[in-house]
Amino acid sequence: MAGTVSIAGQEPNLMMRLVSRPTALAGLVVLVVVSLAALLAPWLSTHAPGQLSIVNRLTPPGSAYLMGTDDLGRDIFSRVLYSGRTSLMVGFLVVGVASVIGIFLGLIAGFFRKADAPVSRLIDAMMAFPDILLAIALVAALGPSAANVVLALGIVYAPRLARVVRASTLVIRELPYVEAARALAVPTPVILVRHVLRNVTSPLLVQATFIFANAILAEAGLSFLGVGISPDIPTWGTMISTGRQFMSTAGWIMLFPGLAIVVTVLALQLLGDGLRDLLDPRLAKDI
Amino acid sequence: MIRAALNRLIGMLTVMLLVVTIVFVIVRVTPGDPAAVMLGPEATAQDIEDLRARLGLDGSLIEQFGSYVAGIAQGDLGQSIFLGQSVGTALWQRAEPTFFLTVFSLLIAMVIALPVGIASAYWRGSLFDQTMTTLAMLAASVPSFWLGLLLIQSFAVSFGWFPASGYGGPGTTLLERLHHLVLPAVTLGVVSSALIMRFTRASMLDVLNDDYVRTARSKGMTEWRVVLKHALKNALIPILTVIGLTAALLISGAIVTETVFGLPGVGNLIVSAVLRRDYPVIQGALLIVAGLYVLVNFLIDMLYLLVDPRVRY
Repeated sequence: MAGTVSIAGQEPNLMMRLVSRPTALAGLVVLVVVSLAALLAPWLSTHAPGQLSIVNRLTPPGSAYLMGTDDLGRDIFSRVLYSGRTSLMVGFLVVGVASVIGIFLGLIAGFFRKADAPVSRLIDAMMAFPDILLAIALVAALGPSAANVVLALGIVYAPRLARVVRASTLVIRELPYVEAARALAVPTPVILVRHVLRNVTSPLLVQATFIFANAILAEAGLSFLGVGISPDIPTWGTMISTGRQFMSTAGWIMLFPGLAIVVTVLALQLLGDGLRDLLDPRLAKDI
Repeated sequence: MIRAALNRLIGMLTVMLLVVTIVFVIVRVTPGDPAAVMLGPEATAQDIEDLRARLGLDGSLIEQFGSYVAGIAQGDLGQSIFLGQSVGTALWQRAEPTFFLTVFSLLIAMVIALPVGIASAYWRGSLFDQTMTTLAMLAASVPSFWLGLLLIQSFAVSFGWFPASGYGGPGTTLLERLHHLVLPAVTLGVVSSALIMRFTRASMLDVLNDDYVRTARSKGMTEWRVVLKHALKNALIPILTVIGLTAALLISGAIVTETVFGLPGVGNLIVSAVLRRDYPVIQGALLIVAGLYVLVNFLIDMLYLLVDPRVRY
């Protein structure tokens, strides 16, 4: 989630402070466990995720199959682990794409007075579209594929980051050290990256955490609607979509991927809340 | 104040024009020819050419944009490719389930969120507050389609209390149709309540420590009266804002919920349009939903101007 933003100079301090908040710490621990489970899927899984076993189809959870099997006899536990890789990767990449677009728009709007009004109106217009609706329209236009889902969701969430970056940039551009850099004829791109961007990383990190959470939910929603990632690639959303047909006879098929989404998104929200309280006290009004 | 309202109106119209532009551009970013994509691989060159002419894709981009904006200005959202009717009519015919679903979801969300938000703020830091805040976060973490499926399994399939899907056949009474909406509205209401609850709590926390609340208490008013009459009244504007914006966003939530419950509403229409690549319907739906959002935002701003003389745009 923080792939595109660094928290230079704050790591040890931030981690210590984060550990002192039980809910944020719980979020962080759960997130680390979920990420490790996804990363170590080849070693942790009990079966190959695509391994068919028609004789064992629709087996309830038990010792042979921890979370049961689906209609084709595939092991749900292993598929939940492998799907986590795709879902987390999509969330991570969406944050990356949204950051690139959002930081660019936010810096331009916040730093250059003449660009502020047009770019801000563009951000307002983009934010007028509900996320799922804009995402499915973009995927419909670009074509359904994992890359296009990431691109669409990145575009959908970019304005949120742009607003945060713009608000911070407006304040930072008036600070004495930025004026001093200008007086010393430091090139504008250098000022933007070295002096402005480095100081907007805290609110960016907070927002990125929430976007990560929303991206996981949105990707699952798109997959469920059948307009997202191909059903052949296991994600938590496609697993729920497949399990829907067997809801009454084999509820575990959709239960466990759903729980995986809830646990991961809740962990991200708890972590994001904790980070906001620590890094952005102005916004830490218990919202 | 009139000047501020005019400024805001100009701002809104600019945003609307940009919304129209974005909707126009979305279809044009389709790789290849949108007409060929819509008709699929079996279409003949003549079919594609006809559709290009029907969609106005044969002119220059400027001409296409001009005729698109002119059409919208006259209330013409275009013709659906597959439904054989205008986009406006298609949306209107499916508006009833979506309208009732949105209204009921919002009511359920408010019934859950307002009292809980107020109580959480009042007993800030208590076990009740912590539990409710965590539950709100949990509600915001649950995918609505998954919750919907769990509710169908429990209350429709196992208990048989509510229909599992649909909106009742032709000739059903309004009451029967509303019966079909209970589970979808609960699904959407619970998921949406989280945001309203958190804003209510934050907004109440802001005012509960204000001087006039202390004064009201020192005058010997009952706590009940202090909280509901003095504090809530002043905390209401931000709460109304988030309720208004939630209403606009619920339409987006309806897309997924209507699909889960098989409701023949606007959300379902959008999903079928996306699956069939019926671009005029997608464009029309995007425009209406985003337009509603911009309009609600504008009305809220106007409300602020009316009730709070300190607000200036």
